[in-house]
Amino acid sequence: MFRSLHARKRTQLAIGLLLGIGFGFLLQKGGVTRYDVIIGQLLLVDFTVVKVMLSAVVTGMVGVHFLRSVGLATLHPKPGSLGSSVIGGLIFGVGFALLGYCPGTIAGAVGQGSLDGLFGGMAGILLGAGLFAEVYPKLDRSILRKADFGELTFPQLLKVNPWIIVLPVAVGIVLLLLLIEKSGL
Amino acid sequence: MIEWLTLKQWSPYMVGIGIGLLNCIAFLLSDKPLACSTAYSRTSGMLEGFCLGPKVADKPYYKKFPPSIEWDWMLVLGMIIGAFISAALSGQFYLEWVPPRWAEAFGNIPFGRWAVAFIGGIILGIGARWAGGCTSGHGISGTLQLAVSSWLAAICFFVGGIITAILIF
Repeated sequence: MFRSLHARKRTQLAIGLLLGIGFGFLLQKGGVTRYDVIIGQLLLVDFTVVKVMLSAVVTGMVGVHFLRSVGLATLHPKPGSLGSSVIGGLIFGVGFALLGYCPGTIAGAVGQGSLDGLFGGMAGILLGAGLFAEVYPKLDRSILRKADFGELTFPQLLKVNPWIIVLPVAVGIVLLLLLIEKSGL
Repeated sequence: MIEWLTLKQWSPYMVGIGIGLLNCIAFLLSDKPLACSTAYSRTSGMLEGFCLGPKVADKPYYKKFPPSIEWDWMLVLGMIIGAFISAALSGQFYLEWVPPRWAEAFGNIPFGRWAVAFIGGIILGIGARWAGGCTSGHGISGTLQLAVSSWLAAICFFVGGIITAILIF
């Protein structure tokens, strides 16, 4: 039913724009487009970012796996390796704390008028992405392939039906959120 | 309804549920998860192309992610617009030179903040491409698919981020 829609390039660009408007609107309403809120999370004094992320993960995890079970969605897990996911993740973390925004929330920060995001951060991210493209062939031959595991998901790794993982993870996240709420964070 | 749209802040849980539902719609209508950092790589390639000519598109990385306007690029453009609408509706749109928490710790000097934001941005841009995704692509959309790469990356984003934040503040 949606296959032909996926192939329509112009319609897809319009859908992308509309989804982006919704995403940016929600991030700004959640307060997570503010530097102070993101740094507050990294300093472990304000748990707004974790609350937004974990409730999005629970909702999306159940929803997307349901769509997949009824044949309306296909999963697209990103490939990874220890060299790429762990080292790249740690580098990202350092940049995340120095900048105080991530690639998504900085777009929202620019929309709400945060000039450090526009003139400092966005320019930096573009330069960083360009530098990476420059050195990519070298990295790809070495570190990015270290302990490569490809497009693996936990249900594939453990060879079980996805729901056997989805349900306990969902319950675990809800319990964690209750715990955060109970401890007054 | 209108009062709700003009609220300064919504419950983080409502916002999270909204983002989760938006991800479901993205999978359904576009066969894609919500993700942001690829758009920066495309923009970077387009800017390089303007300066150095079309040969830039031959770089192996731009063969993988062509420097052109695609779905993810429109998504990030939409995010700027969506955040503007949200901020404008609640009277929260204003030009902010230095965020309050930074001003309190390091002084209200735009140059200092912008320089650190620029350096942080470079590191973030490299890290996002190195890990193959960011806080949305890995942190939300990848973890919800139960991808091993995304859970590893998301944990490392926060480990690196928490250590760095505690060191600088």
